[in-house]
Amino acid sequence: MDITQILFWVLSAVALFAAIMVLVSKNPVHSVLWLIVVFFAISGHYILLNAQFLAIVNLIVYAGAIMVLFLFVIMLMNLNAESDPQKNIWMKVIGVVTGGLLLWVLVSAVRSAGEMTAREALLKKGDIGLIQNLGKILFTDYAVPFEISSVLFLSAMVGAVVIGKKD
Amino acid sequence: MNELVYLVPLFPLLGFLINGLCRKQLSKTLTGVIGSGAILISFIISIVLFLQVKANGALPVHPLFTFIDAGSFKIDFAFQVDQLSSLFLLIITGVGFLIHVYSTSYMHDEEGPHFARYFAYLNLFVFSMLLLVMGANYVIMFIGWEGVGLCSYLLIGYWFKNDNYNYAAKKAFIMNRIGDLGFLLAIFWIIQKFHAADYATVFNNPGAALSPADVTGITLLLFVGATGKSAQIPLYTWLPDAMAGPTPVSALIHAATMVTAGIYMIARTNILYTMAPSVQAVIAIIGLATAVFAATIALKQNDIKKVLAYSTVSQLGYMFLGLGVGAYTGAVFHVMTHAFFKACLFLGAGSVIHAMGGEQDMRNMGGLKKYMPVTQVTFLLSCLAIAGVPPFSGFFSKDAILSAAMEKNMALYIVGVLGALLTAFYMFRLYGMTFLGSFRGTHDQEHHLHESPKAITIPLVVLAALAVVGGFIGIPEVFVKDGNWLEKFLAPVFARSAQLSEAKPAEGGSMELVYMFGVAAIIIIVIVIAWNKFKKYEKSTAPETGLGKVLANKWYVDEIYDAVFVRPLNALAGFLKNVVEKSGIDGFVNGIGRFVQYSSRQLRLLQSGLAGSYILYMVLSIVVLFIIFWNQTQIVQFLSKIF
Amino acid sequence: MPIQYYLTLSAVLFCIGVAGALTRRNAIIIFMCIELMLNAVNLMLVALSKMTPAPVIPGGNGGTDAQLFVFFIMVVAAAEVSVGLAIIVMMYRNVHSIDVNFLNRLKN
Repeated sequence: MDITQILFWVLSAVALFAAIMVLVSKNPVHSVLWLIVVFFAISGHYILLNAQFLAIVNLIVYAGAIMVLFLFVIMLMNLNAESDPQKNIWMKVIGVVTGGLLLWVLVSAVRSAGEMTAREALLKKGDIGLIQNLGKILFTDYAVPFEISSVLFLSAMVGAVVIGKKD
Repeated sequence: MNELVYLVPLFPLLGFLINGLCRKQLSKTLTGVIGSGAILISFIISIVLFLQVKANGALPVHPLFTFIDAGSFKIDFAFQVDQLSSLFLLIITGVGFLIHVYSTSYMHDEEGPHFARYFAYLNLFVFSMLLLVMGANYVIMFIGWEGVGLCSYLLIGYWFKNDNYNYAAKKAFIMNRIGDLGFLLAIFWIIQKFHAADYATVFNNPGAALSPADVTGITLLLFVGATGKSAQIPLYTWLPDAMAGPTPVSALIHAATMVTAGIYMIARTNILYTMAPSVQAVIAIIGLATAVFAATIALKQNDIKKVLAYSTVSQLGYMFLGLGVGAYTGAVFHVMTHAFFKACLFLGAGSVIHAMGGEQDMRNMGGLKKYMPVTQVTFLLSCLAIAGVPPFSGFFSKDAILSAAMEKNMALYIVGVLGALLTAFYMFRLYGMTFLGSFRGTHDQEHHLHESPKAITIPLVVLAALAVVGGFIGIPEVFVKDGNWLEKFLAPVFARSAQLSEAKPAEGGSMELVYMFGVAAIIIIVIVIAWNKFKKYEKSTAPETGLGKVLANKWYVDEIYDAVFVRPLNALAGFLKNVVEKSGIDGFVNGIGRFVQYSSRQLRLLQSGLAGSYILYMVLSIVVLFIIFWNQTQIVQFLSKIF
Repeated sequence: MPIQYYLTLSAVLFCIGVAGALTRRNAIIIFMCIELMLNAVNLMLVALSKMTPAPVIPGGNGGTDAQLFVFFIMVVAAAEVSVGLAIIVMMYRNVHSIDVNFLNRLKN
């Protein structure tokens, strides 16, 4: 077991544990914090796969911007603890069971897929994830979606402002 | 010149459309002119056609357009004018025209739109009747057949505000329909055997395509149709009830034309009937039975129109007797003379009813001789004609039938003579109670009595004259050699029948003369008896007893039909309505509706509005879809094993 | 690492997100679970981009497409979060609660 494998298992365990804690926490602020841990773990996976650009962007955008936004909103509403009455226990059970079903189906589909056997993910090597390569492809082949994404941001901003107006 | 054939039915059709569609705009005079004028033009054209046929023989068949075209099976809408049809054309349009003129005066109390409605229906009737006699195949005849049935219904129920009249109209239509079923089955049989329905094909060599069983079946079914339309036993009870309609309608439809459609049909199909002597015997017996049966009922009826109605049924029986013994010419002859004198009788009765202010019961009449001379004279002449007194027309036509009956079977002859005696008796009972003696009605009615206007009396005079002299076209051999002009004229139509039945040459000889005049003498004696008896008729309110009661109640036939047919059918209909329809079919259909409503109500509950549950459904569906897509092949195999 | 490990990890994270979205009643927590699901997908895409031996995609750019797709997913997620939070704030202002069970105007 070399270092990459150990790292893989550790990161996976952290991610899973943190994800479950997101669900289980009663205090929404705690949930946000656990989610940030998940993002860190996933960024770790990205670095392991040598997708450097994505790792950094993940951290900056998700953990940095989006989660901060979440925290702002939570604090705006003064949600300290989950003060509302517990949901019906049956609904929780059904939710978990459904999730489990979905997991079971997905995993079975994936495991026996013929194209997936005997392939490996290349760790630590490969220069696909390097910024130069990504940038080259982004600004040549995918220039149009790039521009359109700026329009998307514009509309999201306008939308958020309009929705958030007092009247 | 042969395009004239199309014009004959065209004018009555136009008259129907104009009077029918513009009935609110037209004045009564104009309506009468259009209605009568249309028939007059048809009459003139019919005369032209008749002269053509007389000179050149039958006109060729004219197909107008292809009516039915189904693969190898074609039926043309074609007209055929031969000796038989041209004769009928004259009768229909001639008598029809007189009755139209009569109606303009008789119906003048009606309001504008209803007056026009009457004439529209009358014109439609004439149109249908013309189609019937001019058709070149059985299908066109059937169209006309149905058309006259429809017009009969419309006209019997003309005063539709009265429920009883509506029942009478329905009864007429339904009984006609029962007969029509027989006719339709016969047409289907013919089409199946010949793959065509036109007369030329069917009569060309019927023996080749038909087995004796076929011929018997077809002729029997056609006769069933004829019993419905021409009011023979057992489908005759509608005719007396049909007197609910206006009197000119009774004259035209139920005396002169529609009821003779059955005779026309059988006369047209004479070759097939000659090939089926058993059916001919059936026809003769039923005709004779009807003749005598109806005559007995007429003896005790008190409504003037009912007596005439039963008289019509009886005379139709004679015509069928003629057809049954092979005297086709005689039967057609009797159709013609019957049209004259019966129409005159009905129109005269109408004149009397008009003068009596609507009264139809003879027990309240009497002594009308001095108030209505023209009506009385024409009525008397027609009564003499129908009784069969020489030299009036009825004598010649009835004799043609009876002598042919005598050749077949003496028993037929004797019963026929008996019927003729009954006819003479009840007709002069009618005449005596109405015109002789002293007036038995109310004072008001007496003041109202007057002779009818010209539009009524002139047709009466014309018809009476025809009733007197009409017989001379068919003088039998015994009197004048080659005197039977009618027989010679119609010979081509009946030629093959005559060949087939190896008609014996007409026997001259004194025996025939003795029979003829002997019967005539007995008839005159009966007339004198009736005259004297009913001249002194006193109204009595004592109810009828014994045989008289049975006869007055028409042998209870209507009641029997009601119990045997009508009530069970009504019960069945009620059962079907309440059980099968309401619970069964309605339950099923409504049940589907209720089921849909129920399930939609249940499904609606899924929309809880909670986004969480929506997501739940989505995820579950994704799971299911995954499973399906993943196991696609296995699922398909499994399903194909089931289905 | 065999690709199945990554796929399984990604699937598990995704299903945890699903279970969370179904189970919780707080709108913000649900939103966060959606973000979790998106990240699981991102992880899987990146892992697949590094798969060897690589499947041949004509006209593709090796595994770069997948990583650029992840990039765009993040873009969209950011936009979505801003709008979504604005809606949640709106909801809080109207109903003074962020319990999704109160949003049942679509009922029946």
